[in-house]
Amino acid sequence: MDNKLKIKAQEVDFFYGKTHALKNINLDIYENQVTAIIGPSGCGKSTFIRLLNRMNELVTHSTVTGSIYFNGMNIFEASVDPVDIRKRIGMVFQKPNPFPKSIFENISYGLKVNGIKDRSFIEEKVEWSLKKAALWEEVKNRLHESALKLSGGQQQRLCIARCLAIQSEVILFDEPCASLDPISTAKIEELILELKSEYTIVIVTHNMQQAARISDFTAFFLMGELIEFDKTQDIFTKPTNKKTEDYITGRFG
Amino acid sequence: MKRNIVQNLGFFALFSCILTTVVFLGLIIYFISVRGFKVISWEFLTQGPRMGMTQGGIAPAIVGTLYLTLGAILLALPLGLACAIYLCEYSPKGFVVNIIRISINNLAGVPSVVFGLFGFAVFVKFFGFGVSILSGSLTLGILSLPLIISASQEALLAVPQSIREASLSLGATKWETIKNIVLPTALPGILTGVILSIGRVAGETAPILFTAAAFYTRGYPKSVFSEVMALPYHIYALMTEGTHPDQQRAIAYGCSLVLLFMVLLISALAIFIRQKQRGRDG
Repeated sequence: MDNKLKIKAQEVDFFYGKTHALKNINLDIYENQVTAIIGPSGCGKSTFIRLLNRMNELVTHSTVTGSIYFNGMNIFEASVDPVDIRKRIGMVFQKPNPFPKSIFENISYGLKVNGIKDRSFIEEKVEWSLKKAALWEEVKNRLHESALKLSGGQQQRLCIARCLAIQSEVILFDEPCASLDPISTAKIEELILELKSEYTIVIVTHNMQQAARISDFTAFFLMGELIEFDKTQDIFTKPTNKKTEDYITGRFG
Repeated sequence: MKRNIVQNLGFFALFSCILTTVVFLGLIIYFISVRGFKVISWEFLTQGPRMGMTQGGIAPAIVGTLYLTLGAILLALPLGLACAIYLCEYSPKGFVVNIIRISINNLAGVPSVVFGLFGFAVFVKFFGFGVSILSGSLTLGILSLPLIISASQEALLAVPQSIREASLSLGATKWETIKNIVLPTALPGILTGVILSIGRVAGETAPILFTAAAFYTRGYPKSVFSEVMALPYHIYALMTEGTHPDQQRAIAYGCSLVLLFMVLLISALAIFIRQKQRGRDG
């Protein structure tokens, strides 16, 4: 299989104050593939994906060294605007975080801050995103009601739709199903599999079955280190590292 | 059994404390209403005073209080909100910002008569605004700044970090996030704080004593440089000056009733806004 490289992390180290949260991470993420990051709590997996769209720099006293190449461009270079990076690398968070606005406004917001004013284009885009996120049928008659009235699973799909509307190239999922019931989880997983034909997807998950079900590649993090990275089927059937094997067979974590 | 008795006694003691508080509030409203109601009439609310304060109405004082309060809020709201936004959203956390925070909190503890003297020295004398609406509004504005800043800060801090991150992750700048997401979400909380401080400002006497208030003015103020009558000061003056204490006292109760009513109305507005917000979220 011949995969195109989308994101390349090279010798990435990250510190919260004096805590060495990520240690010399080298990881390749391929275009139109789902890459899962697994590992026990506190292993640095969320920290890592929050570096990919430069969200971690909002944390004070944090330092990062090394490089992350996105389409061949180092996103830590001084000339790179983090706002532009975040437009192209979208993110869906652990807890659904819709804005306390209407369903319609939640999605049009990203378009508006990116300078789109054409009303009919925005309307089309809202419908397109909601359809893509498999939410349209449930909300088409109440687009102007508050998004906070939706259920948790619907809110999370709304957050995905919001992210799709700005047409990013990569979507980062930070434990997107952590607060959802199994049915909502199944819907989100189905959605991720559909989206991968157009997007590059990175998903952090606690759930190894989830990683096995939806991802093409899996990276196993432990205590800030990348222990093993390979095709998902290889990681789960013939891990080369003893620690990976212990973790996926449930001996710890 | 014994534990139940202890518990009941405890609840009774707590309830008595609540009751005492409510009784005092009730008594204030009752006495002011009973004594003030006698002088309230259409004329009292719409005419100026006559016959050396013993006849006529208090309309110029009502208008004066409205002007002073409005002026104070026009000054303090933008300034206070800007301070709160900077402190909550932009300022690096550190020594200098801590000093600023402590200073603002201490500003809230400065006695209001000291604000009055400060206003007299700075606005009346140094800037030469004279005893005027402008000087009084500025002094009251500074007095209400810490209230507005702390209310706004609380409202801003109550906005969840997760929706700020959501906005940033969509390619919004920090300023766009504050303007489009954080401020609208915090607005009801900010408004509540502002309205409550309006209530406080409207009733203050000491800060306007040397900066704005006059015992008697002919007609209504003509510009921001006019001195004005104001309800709190009018009450003070009626009780301490003049030659007809009995008639003046009756009018003072009338003034108090009007002032009380204005402040309660303002607080009710704050409660209304807060309830409306709760209804929207629920």
